[in-house]
Amino acid sequence: MLLSTANSHSAQLKRHKTSMNTARAIDPDTLQTHRSHLVRYAILQLRDPHLAEDVVQETLVAAIESRDKFSAQSSVRTWLVGILKHKIMDVLRKRAREPQLDVAEGEDEGELIDALFNEHGRWSSPPQTWANPEQTMENAHFWEVFEQCNQRMPLNTARAFMMREFMDMTTKEICQELSISTTNCWVLLHRARLTLRECLDLNWFGNVR
Amino acid sequence: MLNCKQNTELLSQALDRPVTFREKVAMRFHLMMCRGCRNFEKQVAFIHKAARELPRKL
Repeated sequence: MLLSTANSHSAQLKRHKTSMNTARAIDPDTLQTHRSHLVRYAILQLRDPHLAEDVVQETLVAAIESRDKFSAQSSVRTWLVGILKHKIMDVLRKRAREPQLDVAEGEDEGELIDALFNEHGRWSSPPQTWANPEQTMENAHFWEVFEQCNQRMPLNTARAFMMREFMDMTTKEICQELSISTTNCWVLLHRARLTLRECLDLNWFGNVR
Repeated sequence: MLNCKQNTELLSQALDRPVTFREKVAMRFHLMMCRGCRNFEKQVAFIHKAARELPRKL
């Protein structure tokens, strides 16, 4: 009895020690500094600033509650984004169950694809080379343009694309979440890439046609 | 023989699923002759990479 109390006491001490180590990184004030980053991330995925705020709030609360689980090996931001992803997934799952998703949405995008290719399926105006895309990644302004291009995508297209690229889900998982067929999923992802490519071409790489 | 529209669809799917040998050959063949699609392939790879980088850059 005594022994087990002693053990649990030492376990408590140990936990306390770890939490002391990470406490500075995870205290509410520090977490606030990550808030705007997290909100932007959530808005991209959810397209709803209020919902994004709520999800981020939940994330920060969850982070404080589970701060003992934070390991100093990852950065605080990576850790927070990890929690946020789960929270976003919960919202998306709930949404997928509501019958509001309309995959036939993309009439305009059918038009986009029609405009990109002629009746023989050849490029109406073939993509030109992009100058220094690698260097571009170092440019903060590029990321603003990239973010805007993401936001301009139609909702369902963007949703599928972000599940794939930001959340690293497989197409199978995306199909399940969005209740669409695999083929539909590939179509959405392809449209997303075509749309993004056009947007970056026009707004960043400056290949005006 | 693929046209550009079909080829871009396949290039995109190659990022989302394993493609068959036959599909791979068809894409390579088209790419040899089509500069527009070669640029598209590179640019889509760039977008793929950039999208994965975005959470850190926001």
